[in-house]
Amino acid sequence: MSEKTSGAVSKLQLSTPEISLKTVSKLITLKVKRYDPDAGRYKLSIYRVSVSRFDTVLDALLKVVRDQDHTLSVRYSCRMGICGSCAMMINGVPRLACMTNAISLGDVIEIEPLKNFPPVKDLFVDMDQMFRKHRSVKPWLIRGDEEEQFTAKKEYLQKPEEVDTYRLFSTCIKCGACMAACPTVASNPDFLGPMVLAQAYRWSADSRDEGAHIRFDIVDNPNGVFGCHFAGACSAVCPKNSDPALAIQLLRKSILRGKR
Amino acid sequence: MEILRYDLVILGSGLAGLRAGIQAALTSKGKIRIAVLSKIHAMRSHSVAAEGGIAGVLYPEVTGDSFDVHAYDTIKGSDFLADQDAVELFVKLAPEELRFLDHLGVPWSRTPDGRIAQRVFGGMSIPRTAFAADKTGFFIMSTLYDNILRFDNVDIYHDHMATSFLMENGVFKGFTVLDLKEGTLKVFLAKAAIIASGGAARIYGFTTVSYAVTGDGAAMAYRAGIPVKDMEFMQFHPTGVVPAGVLITEAARGEGGYLINKDGERFMARYAPQRMEVAPRDIVARAIIREIMEGRGFIHEESGLGYVHLDLRHLGEEKINTRLPFIRELAKKLVNVDPVYEPIPVRPTAHYTMGGIHTDTYGHVMFDAKNYVPNLWAAGEAAAVSIHGANRLGSNSLAECSVYGRLTGEAAAKYALEASSSMLELSSSLEEAVKREEKRIFDELFKTETNAEDPYQIRGELWRTMDTYVYVFRDEKGLMEAGRIIRDLKNKYKRIRVDDRSRKYNMNLREAIELGNMLDVAEIVIVSALARTESRGAHYRLDYPKRDDVNWLKHTLAYYTPEGPRLDYIPVRITRWKPEERKY
Repeated sequence: MSEKTSGAVSKLQLSTPEISLKTVSKLITLKVKRYDPDAGRYKLSIYRVSVSRFDTVLDALLKVVRDQDHTLSVRYSCRMGICGSCAMMINGVPRLACMTNAISLGDVIEIEPLKNFPPVKDLFVDMDQMFRKHRSVKPWLIRGDEEEQFTAKKEYLQKPEEVDTYRLFSTCIKCGACMAACPTVASNPDFLGPMVLAQAYRWSADSRDEGAHIRFDIVDNPNGVFGCHFAGACSAVCPKNSDPALAIQLLRKSILRGKR
Repeated sequence: MEILRYDLVILGSGLAGLRAGIQAALTSKGKIRIAVLSKIHAMRSHSVAAEGGIAGVLYPEVTGDSFDVHAYDTIKGSDFLADQDAVELFVKLAPEELRFLDHLGVPWSRTPDGRIAQRVFGGMSIPRTAFAADKTGFFIMSTLYDNILRFDNVDIYHDHMATSFLMENGVFKGFTVLDLKEGTLKVFLAKAAIIASGGAARIYGFTTVSYAVTGDGAAMAYRAGIPVKDMEFMQFHPTGVVPAGVLITEAARGEGGYLINKDGERFMARYAPQRMEVAPRDIVARAIIREIMEGRGFIHEESGLGYVHLDLRHLGEEKINTRLPFIRELAKKLVNVDPVYEPIPVRPTAHYTMGGIHTDTYGHVMFDAKNYVPNLWAAGEAAAVSIHGANRLGSNSLAECSVYGRLTGEAAAKYALEASSSMLELSSSLEEAVKREEKRIFDELFKTETNAEDPYQIRGELWRTMDTYVYVFRDEKGLMEAGRIIRDLKNKYKRIRVDDRSRKYNMNLREAIELGNMLDVAEIVIVSALARTESRGAHYRLDYPKRDDVNWLKHTLAYYTPEGPRLDYIPVRITRWKPEERKY
């Protein structure tokens, strides 16, 4: 390939994402309900921010942090809907801020920390309890022979249709949106919740797993799979369309039919 | 001051860190205490964003693949800067890792008979990239995180950010760590540690990587006197969606996607007539910028960015839905483009740090060509072994993370099993170092002065500088200018302000610390790039457009000095493949 010499580096490859946007932008209002850990209560901050047509709610919040209020704490990372950091209440619904277009929500966007989690600071919530519940259902492949499992000489064969039995539920990013939407989690803090139950099913439905009966024993109780009232709110808000409500139905069916 | 003592501390919870943790737990059979530190939630590390796949020779009897072919592809892709003994070790262990990950539960895309499917990737001469739809990194991360929970001797510390290495007489002793949730500084002492803190591509504004990828490991190592290797080699992924910079996987081209310019041409025919769109990333990235420079690109109206089209329409909806569903979701949500019906606007975007902490073939950290840093290993993107040399092939990074997570996890665990507990004493000189770090963070960074500088403005200026002068094409004038600006920003950084006065989850403080790391790393990249007066792999100098094996077949090592990086060089290890011209 021929590559010519030219001194004009700066001119030919200008590429700053911070260049001002000239078209389709709009001034919107962000009403952010934030938790003040020192005072132990919520306060409301209101910001006016200009967003362009592809800006997400996260982009809008980060513009506020950059230009108006360095003290606003937001949990965020990948900004592409896969790390699960930025779930928050957006106009009353738990959503990923980085996958929610801002301009299409109208002139005013109300933002709050994710419900059903203890607030820590501003939009940060404490997810430790959800992580502990998740661990309690043994979310890993259980095999009778661990020696064989960890010295893999060959892969386990798994046909595409076998992958299909759990694939949907393996797309969970643990963002907590379903937990925030669940009315049972709201009223019973000991309820394992949709994210955790869906993961209990995901691992149990995997043809490579031999530990379904162990997990079924853990969730076969009123704080487990029988605590679910089938409101379906979890699946309605899941940003990955991972359908935890379906997983809970299938999990309950497996337990009732004694399919271990 | 809380002091925590562990046999092994792993810094970073991405693919390499979690894989290392699992291997250390297995190797030690529960006999050592292991801590995994993550400055975010452990399962959210940026490995989740890897899309296309993970390379390994799985079925040589079916595909005709071999370790030698994988090694040769990797070495040629590296523009012959990779250390060939390391590449040979890597390709041999990669398939074992793929099977190990299968045994942990990765939901691979499969062939009809149940084996692991493999796809075409850039610079790989045989389809050897295993995948799980187009979210391979996410599925592997998720599987590793879930599986590490089974070990009772592994403690995961979410929201714990290391701020410095504790070193004594050239021996690694531990870290100072900011507990972000509480806002307190802790000390982690370790008999052994593995740095798996990821890359540094966030020194760029237009990038695929998450906001967290700020080169912390490299910066802390550098400030601790450990050299950082080959940092001039920053990979620009050819297809970042415009204007966000978010990754559109190479698998989109591996599955048959076209790159098209304004005139409707598949322009790769001019640059890589045989491999076309699936040539290595450095070549495709340069081709795209060349098209844009010569007026055959499109101009994005809002951002002013030049771009070309990634056209997937001919693949059809079914293939896009089964093989590239995440790409469809991202394109729709981020730019309102449905790739089934419209091409995606793309341009090269900062993606992967080939350079990193200097290690030997097995991931043990070194001071130079001969001397080891006792107790310290590095793995994954944070390390430069070097497998990737001047240009990494797509799908080799997940494999490297897994292989080197395993190797370092095993080595560090064996070492920690033998090591004495007297290593976990906090000597008075270390205590002094901890006090200095406390002062740096809570007195110097946390101090508000009149006329203090705004860290977000400094960060914006850093991004503009790197995006403009240290991008796909470089020259002396631009790099000199970039160096001048970064030194100016470093001076400003000494007078920054942190507005948020609270301790708990103070993102303002965290981002101020990250900014310091980014400025150090950016300076290393620029100084290393300015010195290398040749073009090799991802480092292309318009003023030195040829590869120069006589003078530059060597690795750069950058050492900290108060005046800026001091460079040294060590030879490339060549076993069986003599450098030759790269043609694709």
